[in-house]
Amino acid sequence: MFQLFSADTGHAGWFLEHAWLIPVVPGVAFWVIILFGKRLPMKGSEVGLLSMATSLVLAAGTAYQWIQRVDDASSGESGRGVAHGASTLLHSALETEHGVYTQPVIKSWTWWQSGGLKFSIGQHVDGLSVMLLLLVAFISLLVQIYSLEYVRGDRRYTHFFAALTLFSAGMLVMVVAENMVQLILGWEIMGLCSFMLIGHWWEEEANSRAALKAFFTVRVGDVGLLVGTAILFGAMGTFSIQGISLKALDGSTSHTVLLMASIALFIACIGKSGQFPLHTWLPDAMAGPTPVSSLLHSSTMVVGGVFLVARLYPVFHTGFDINAAGQHFNFISVIGGITIVIAALLAFVQNDIKKVLAYSTVSQLGYMMMGLGVGAWVPAVFHIFTHAFFKCCLFLCAGSVSHTGSHHSFDMKKDMGGLFKKMPVTGVCWIVSTLALCGVPFVSGFFSKDEIIDNAHNNHYAVFWIIGLGGAFLTTAYMTRATYLTFFGTPRGAAAGEHAHVAHSGTEDDPLDADALSPEPADVHDPAFAMARALDIEAPDYAVARAPAGSHGTVALLREEELVAAAAHDHGGHAHDDHAHDDHHAPAHGFIVKTDSPALLTVPIMILAFLAVISGYLNAAPFKIEKFNEWVAPVSGVFFPELAHATFKWVNALPSVLLVAAGFAVSLFVCKAIYNEAPSALKGLTRRSRILGALHAFLVNKYYLDFLYENVIVHAIAHPIAQGAYWINQNVIDKIVNEVGINGRKSGQWVYRNVDQRVVDGAVNGSGTVARETGGALRPVQSGKINQYGALLFGAAAIGALVLVIVNT
Amino acid sequence: MVASDIQVAQNIGFGIIAVTMIVAAIGVVTNRNVVHAALSLVVVMAGAAAQYILLAAEFVAVTQVLVYIGAVMVLFLFGVMLTRARLGREADLNNKNFVIGIPVALIMLGVMGWALIDGFHGQKMPTNAAPVTTKALSDAIFAPYLVPFWALSFLLLIAVVGAIVLARKD
Amino acid sequence: MLLNQFLLLGAVLFCTGVYGVIARKNAVMVLMSIELILNSVNINLLAFSLFNQNIDGNVFALFIIAVAAAEVGVGLALVLLVYRNRRSIALDELSEMKG
Repeated sequence: MFQLFSADTGHAGWFLEHAWLIPVVPGVAFWVIILFGKRLPMKGSEVGLLSMATSLVLAAGTAYQWIQRVDDASSGESGRGVAHGASTLLHSALETEHGVYTQPVIKSWTWWQSGGLKFSIGQHVDGLSVMLLLLVAFISLLVQIYSLEYVRGDRRYTHFFAALTLFSAGMLVMVVAENMVQLILGWEIMGLCSFMLIGHWWEEEANSRAALKAFFTVRVGDVGLLVGTAILFGAMGTFSIQGISLKALDGSTSHTVLLMASIALFIACIGKSGQFPLHTWLPDAMAGPTPVSSLLHSSTMVVGGVFLVARLYPVFHTGFDINAAGQHFNFISVIGGITIVIAALLAFVQNDIKKVLAYSTVSQLGYMMMGLGVGAWVPAVFHIFTHAFFKCCLFLCAGSVSHTGSHHSFDMKKDMGGLFKKMPVTGVCWIVSTLALCGVPFVSGFFSKDEIIDNAHNNHYAVFWIIGLGGAFLTTAYMTRATYLTFFGTPRGAAAGEHAHVAHSGTEDDPLDADALSPEPADVHDPAFAMARALDIEAPDYAVARAPAGSHGTVALLREEELVAAAAHDHGGHAHDDHAHDDHHAPAHGFIVKTDSPALLTVPIMILAFLAVISGYLNAAPFKIEKFNEWVAPVSGVFFPELAHATFKWVNALPSVLLVAAGFAVSLFVCKAIYNEAPSALKGLTRRSRILGALHAFLVNKYYLDFLYENVIVHAIAHPIAQGAYWINQNVIDKIVNEVGINGRKSGQWVYRNVDQRVVDGAVNGSGTVARETGGALRPVQSGKINQYGALLFGAAAIGALVLVIVNT
Repeated sequence: MVASDIQVAQNIGFGIIAVTMIVAAIGVVTNRNVVHAALSLVVVMAGAAAQYILLAAEFVAVTQVLVYIGAVMVLFLFGVMLTRARLGREADLNNKNFVIGIPVALIMLGVMGWALIDGFHGQKMPTNAAPVTTKALSDAIFAPYLVPFWALSFLLLIAVVGAIVLARKD
Repeated sequence: MLLNQFLLLGAVLFCTGVYGVIARKNAVMVLMSIELILNSVNINLLAFSLFNQNIDGNVFALFIIAVAAAEVGVGLALVLLVYRNRRSIALDELSEMKG
């Protein structure tokens, strides 16, 4: 029966029908950038930008048409969905007892057939897909605009944009996937791009190790994806998502099978979305450039796992009995809950601003998973939506801070502080996004995160309600700490204009840049200057030329009057995750505020901050706005389980609001105590108290999970395998190879001696000898002596005559 | 004389001459003295001429004497002289492989003898055959055998010219 | 007179001549042996000529005599030439055509 639905109408509107173009455009752009990018005037970035803009336009059109479709369906008008001929069920809407279910626009093309099994590729466009299409396209576009400035002059500028574009293509493929195979395709493309982008500066070993760690950890989870798909296929006989959804709900598949499949698929989500215990790769992934962190590892790629659960929710809902009566725990919610707490705790002990944000992302992903685990599908998905905006904004702000304020350092304790005065625009955007993240009322996070917490309580998952509230407290606390360290207090290190640090081995600016030796002085982004600086060469010309703006010394320890980063940059030592480019800005580069970052950085941040505020209003329960719910949530008993929905009451929201306020107050107090110069009883607490010190060490070592994974598990498995493989290689394979070689030579020699020399040559020589001997034997016949000739003649005649006579008688 | 007497006389004559010829022939091939061998050859040829008369071929007999004995043998003797064959005995006039000649000759003789006896046993010659007249001979030569005659003349011309060309000293 | 007696005589002379060709070292001796052979052939021819009362045998015998004379002339000329060039007419030494 589901097949009738899968062949949807041809009248769904051009954008909806052609939503499959949205991933195709960046996919094609990737190849164009790879093949031609380096020859283009903007080195390929224009192709990337154009493709993302096109995708965004297409996605916007798709969203608009989808909204129309939903509105038409709910208003009872089925004119838009009627197909010619075929079945009467080919409408755009399906009447169910819970309201009208808007049919997704599904198309598929079979690209491979084998023994009756068809593999197809296509699109399955419904509310969830439309939301994510729009989100991914929009955020990708903003991040690419941001990257124009951020990675300018990078050694692999073209490839960076190519990888970003490919990533967008991969995620878009996954989002519109019509079947599991296509979903896996998109999933894997994303994993590949994550690897490529984290290891963008792979010349530094830490970065390549981080990339490998990310890839392998997610890969461990991907086993679950394949197993789960196989289980579902085995039980249901189909890969198509709609088919799976249908069969999961109509009772035709056994519960145990669904449970197994759910566990397997969720393991993949644990890996991809950084849930406990496979969360360890996400903080390390901050080794990649900031645009990568903001795009992949906060807003889009890591929500792939959440998307998978949301997409195949019928399977998970039935498999884990999510809303069954009497259920207080299930696998998803437990993992989500644990993740929220442990990530939040870890965020307190990070000095790197990106790592704080990374753990915050892990924690928020925990919220999303927990939300799905307690049956709060719409809030969780809405949280994807709002979280993308404010988290991406936070990351881009961090990048902007490092770019302009702290000379490419991300260390809050060493190089930041008091930057609010210098970078007010960035600061305001950061604060707005932080408010959204914490779930302060009337900013977007409140409308999504608190809905999750509320629904947890409503669906009888009391423990997780408490965990959610605790998480809100912790979130506020650590974000306050991060904000304080970065923007307030006294400026430290690079923020204060100091740049006396150990010479950095890898430079921010690319010493491998081809035009590093150009003699032209003018531009601040002059790679030649970077080269000079990188080699610790005094560049007096520049110093003279730039004297008015501030001298450019080299390794000297200077204290600048102006806090403008118009100085040489010799900073090493600290954790440099970002080596984009030389950014010593002459004062004229900031946007709006001169000391802030340039427009290409600041404008995307402002756009995102604005959206962080208002995106929540798409589904603001207090104000009875439920647009998101209407447009995205599938309503059906056939393709989607029925879910309860908590009604909003301010009373229910009060605990979280109070906890947010408390978190803020406590954190601010502690921060002021610890990080200010005034003496305080709280300073040095972890050093004085053994318990607290041990706890601190435990957190700093990330619960020793990395140690467990790498040194214990991997070593225990890999080491014997590696040794065994080495032994096999040396003793078995090499032996075989050597033996083959030796035998080959021996047989060759034998053949040479016996066959070639004796037989063949013997035959050849022998025939020659025979001929010569025969000739020699016959030569005396022709002796030149007449007598002998006469003898022969007459002798032959005599014998001939004799023979004749005998014969004739 | 009766015919049979003539027959007997012919047979006796044949016998004596035949033996002489054979002995002389053997002398030709075995004599160590070249001149003696040549003279033995003369005897053979003379005997042959006599046999020709017995065979009623008088013209041929006369021609044999004139040409063979008169010219050819003289040529031989000149040849012997000009090639400075040692007069008198010389050590070995036989070559190295002369032994092979004996069996060859004997086999030949055996074969031919046996064939002849087997083939022409008891055949007698015509008893009172008239001798061949010169006229008949010339009739035969100049009519049916004219062309061979011309060829023969040409051959003799060539032989003469050739011999002179070959043997002249300058 | 039997036919055979003449034929046998001819055969004996022939074989003697053959022996002479094979056995004799001196070129002139070989030529003489060849003369023997030719004579034996003549006897044969004439015997048959008389036996068959056919004059062709006589004619042929005359021709043979003429040819023999020519042949002896040329042959001796050759022997002379060989003698001039090599100072020897021992056929054992004349083996340039060996091969």
